Amino acid sequence: MSLAAAFDSGRFVVTSEVGPPKGTDVAAMLETAEVLAPHVDALNVTDNQAAVMRLSTLAACVHLTQAGHETVYQVTCRDRNRLALQSDLLGAASFGITNVLALTGDHVRVGDHREAKAVFDLESVQLLRVIQTLNAGTDMAGKELHGTPEFYAGAVVTPDSAPLAPQLAKFEKKVAAGARYFQTQAVYDLASFESFMRFARRFEVKVLAGIVVLRSARMASFMNANIPGITVPEGIVAELTASEDAASTGVQIAARFIRGAREMCDGIHIMAIGAEHLAPRVIGEAGLTREVPA
Amino acid sequence: MVVVTAKQLDEIVHMLAGRRRVLLLGCNTCAAVALAGGDREVETMIQALQLAISRRGMTVEFVGGVLQRQCEPEYVEAMDAEDIDAILSLGCGAGVAMLAAQTGIPVYPALDTLFIGAAQGLGSWRAECSACGSCVLGETAGICPVTRCAKGILNGPCGGVNDGECELGDRPCAWVEIHERLESQGRGASFAHENPPKDDSAGEMYQWDLSAKGGSR
Repeated sequence: MSLAAAFDSGRFVVTSEVGPPKGTDVAAMLETAEVLAPHVDALNVTDNQAAVMRLSTLAACVHLTQAGHETVYQVTCRDRNRLALQSDLLGAASFGITNVLALTGDHVRVGDHREAKAVFDLESVQLLRVIQTLNAGTDMAGKELHGTPEFYAGAVVTPDSAPLAPQLAKFEKKVAAGARYFQTQAVYDLASFESFMRFARRFEVKVLAGIVVLRSARMASFMNANIPGITVPEGIVAELTASEDAASTGVQIAARFIRGAREMCDGIHIMAIGAEHLAPRVIGEAGLTREVPA
Repeated sequence: MVVVTAKQLDEIVHMLAGRRRVLLLGCNTCAAVALAGGDREVETMIQALQLAISRRGMTVEFVGGVLQRQCEPEYVEAMDAEDIDAILSLGCGAGVAMLAAQTGIPVYPALDTLFIGAAQGLGSWRAECSACGSCVLGETAGICPVTRCAKGILNGPCGGVNDGECELGDRPCAWVEIHERLESQGRGASFAHENPPKDDSAGEMYQWDLSAKGGSR
């Protein structure tokens, strides 16, 4: 079932993430995909995540599609100008890849090739508009396409961003530019997420709550200190500190949030960040376990 | 103004290897104000270079001078460059280019050209303009997103903003500042305007070599 169809079916959608390898060996990535696939509706494939150079997302999506997985092709604007972005998007469509997540992308200065030229010829709002243009059968120059893609475009939002007002104003721009679904930055505070969802529900878009499974109190404190837009409440940090099995506690914390958020949003996106084996446990404990129809 | 800063001495010494008599030429407009290309900086650099060169067992003779503006031919034409076999320019990139074109002798940059900036205090400037050729400052409350946003985003803050700071940690988020200033001026609604991709060919409407904008890059 396509991601769009999964949303339309009204089910609580689950997606997760796989990262392409640094190198040509895709075996581990495909293995991770096999572990996750029975529990999710789609696998989101990162694009040189955190500006760290890896195998191309498009190639990874092709591998995963050919292995029978529903993918979400992440496209950032950091490394390619408008010709390359359109060109890769058409390439993806030619392989039957339709789900695209449009992002501006982390800056090259935070990655492992910090001397590189940061491109940013376009950014997320403009990229969404370009996807809409391609779907309508022309390129950015107004030239007609021979063979038209049917992309299902999504975007990201940071519900705990400070200050919040400009972030929400940008969310509206993304909706206007053609975003059909949103994936949020990791969220932990249900009350704060609920208030974000009251805003988001004014628009005809689907929202996946971002879940990052905490594995230790140290990880939670690190994220609070270093990852913009993520707030792990003190109570959760204390819960992890007191736990003798922090990884299991992290799974329970995630599952609890999902149970609470289930009536608020349309699904979840689990970013396991190197602990993909925990994702099925989270899904199970949240009571979402079910056979995913083909 | 054009903000510049002195290169490392080692890099300059390396460029001058094999030269006999070098003219160190300051520029009395932007570079002098930036405390990198005035009389005093020319004198200081001559002393530093003499020391560095003699330590390496090399011999180069240095003479000093300052032009009002290296980027204007009438000043360059009036300059005395007799018996000089290289010029070390303490001007911006435009000054180096003009000197090289007008004199016919090798010209080397003693400075790195950084940005177009506005003074923030003594010896401190802030990048405010990238000379992009298609100004949007009217709709961004006078804060340039092309320059002040690390990603040059034209439609609002990215997810990396951290309590109003850029994710790179070296500046306030331009889009948070733009949002605040537009709101404070009662222009909050204009934030919703969707800015299309930049026209990178904007300078081409002018002859590139006569252009006020600079032509294609």
